[in-house]
Amino acid sequence: MEHTSTLEKALRGVAITCVILFFMFPIFWIVLMSFQTNETILRVPPSIIFDPTIQNYVALITGRLETSAGSLEINFMSNLWNSLFLSSASVAVGLILGVPAAYAFGRLKFRGSEDIAFTLLSFRFAPPLLVLLPLTIYFQQIGLADTYFGLIWVYQLIVLPLILWIVRGYFEDIPADIENAYRVAGHSWFSTFRKVALPLAMPGIAAAGLLAFIFAWNNFIFALVLASADKQPVTVGALAFVTASGIQYGQVAAGVVLSILPTLALALYAQRYLVEGLSLGAVKG
Amino acid sequence: MSDTAIPARTRRFRISRKALPYVLSLPALLVCIAILIPFFTAVAYSLQRYRLSQPWARRWNWGENYWDFLFDPSFWNTLQVSLTYAFLTVGIELLLGLGIALLLQKRTRFNNFVSIMLLMPLMTAPALASLMWKLMTNPGFGILSYFAAFVGLEDFRWASAPQTAMLTVVLVDVWVYTPFIMILLLAGLRSLPQQPFEAAALDGVPRWFVFWRITLPMLTPFLLTATLFRAIESIQQFDIIYAMTQGGPGDKLTVFQVEAYLNFFQSTNVGRSAALLMILWVITYILSMIFIKQWLKLRERARGEI
Repeated sequence: MEHTSTLEKALRGVAITCVILFFMFPIFWIVLMSFQTNETILRVPPSIIFDPTIQNYVALITGRLETSAGSLEINFMSNLWNSLFLSSASVAVGLILGVPAAYAFGRLKFRGSEDIAFTLLSFRFAPPLLVLLPLTIYFQQIGLADTYFGLIWVYQLIVLPLILWIVRGYFEDIPADIENAYRVAGHSWFSTFRKVALPLAMPGIAAAGLLAFIFAWNNFIFALVLASADKQPVTVGALAFVTASGIQYGQVAAGVVLSILPTLALALYAQRYLVEGLSLGAVKG
Repeated sequence: MSDTAIPARTRRFRISRKALPYVLSLPALLVCIAILIPFFTAVAYSLQRYRLSQPWARRWNWGENYWDFLFDPSFWNTLQVSLTYAFLTVGIELLLGLGIALLLQKRTRFNNFVSIMLLMPLMTAPALASLMWKLMTNPGFGILSYFAAFVGLEDFRWASAPQTAMLTVVLVDVWVYTPFIMILLLAGLRSLPQQPFEAAALDGVPRWFVFWRITLPMLTPFLLTATLFRAIESIQQFDIIYAMTQGGPGDKLTVFQVEAYLNFFQSTNVGRSAALLMILWVITYILSMIFIKQWLKLRERARGEI
């Protein structure tokens, strides 16, 4: 393979450049927009040279928009807080429910365990609205409509299969002999689980938790259907934000930047596990 | 330890040992069962005449909602739009993803860096990605509208024009999800055994031949998994389309879930909405059964390689 010609090298270079441009440009452009005032955004032709301003971020964080028509209240920060709370709580619940179940499916294997694990997996692929629309009616009847509790429960639809299938793989990878040796020494299953299996599977559990957090954060449809304005996460909140009157484009862009920053940062941190998480444990990175 | 304590301990242990897996998985199972209830409710709704605006007229009409679809042009429109969207997005993403994976195949610092950077769109919430593209395609100040005008496409209105609405949402989907296919195929490519390639290089086999006869066949399980995974998600796409145009202009982008959402919340026709979702569910169920088989094969392989 040593005979790569200069022409081929040049073509590869052009191709890579196009790829990077296409995938990076939107993020780059939105970040630029978020530091501009409406006047510089509306300039024709557009330019990347302008006096950066942090006014958009200040307005979002303080929750007060000063416009020519007066000042306007926005609760973007509460959307951000909702996202953080809903995602963290869903992942916490998902881990508490999912890790013991993953251990049962991966290590203990019992009658029906495969069927149940697959049923759980198939939830991941069913149309979410199929469950959400009847749930809106049920939630109203049992008083869970527009509660964090109800939302966190529904979030398990995406969080639980992910945690279950990734963590299960990690439990399966621990040689059974290690656990057996510990058991033979007279320890109960619980202390074996706690002292041997859990620490050994910890990287998998951490990775599954991080990925589940990202997916929960990025979810849109659950909250759109089930949450009212004060419980909405950023994905739904930012959209409503665009149609708010008196809003400036720079502020919308700043809102987008603040909303995607946490997941991008987490993804960079957890990138070693992304392949595995995205393929639900089928492919190792 | 006293003599009596030991049998007591073992007995308790034996009982718990049998029940243990059930006890451990019970909480997760309960959550699932709670999710199965709305599913069966949806099946029931789909067999009823049920409008939220006329609760008194609610009754079982059995297959009527489904039967009506046969003569309902808007149902065929939904099916057509959904399939078009799924085929376009998965097709483009597959070709592009494979191309990029091949470009980045060598494990160099630069390639690894690029592949990590390319994950950023994938980690952006699809609804927010749509919002970003909405800002970029705004007729007043959008940079892409400016570019379109620059290359001679006057008054190119992206998602708000019926002719280009599909193109725009497909573009956003491609932007978000191509990295998914790319990263799976890249992991696949890098996990392939090296011997066949070395042997082919020694024998001076032309590279297109190596690609078609060695690389592609060995990559097939990864290609299939990635394609099915995307197809299942793409036929159900909601976030990108809803955030971009809410199914408009007109009914240009009313894919299954968007149409079902609008039926439920705007025309409050619960029966039709549920029937639409059931049809979508059958499609995704078939796809996911094929997918899970394929996925299991890969999973066993990944486990075997440790």
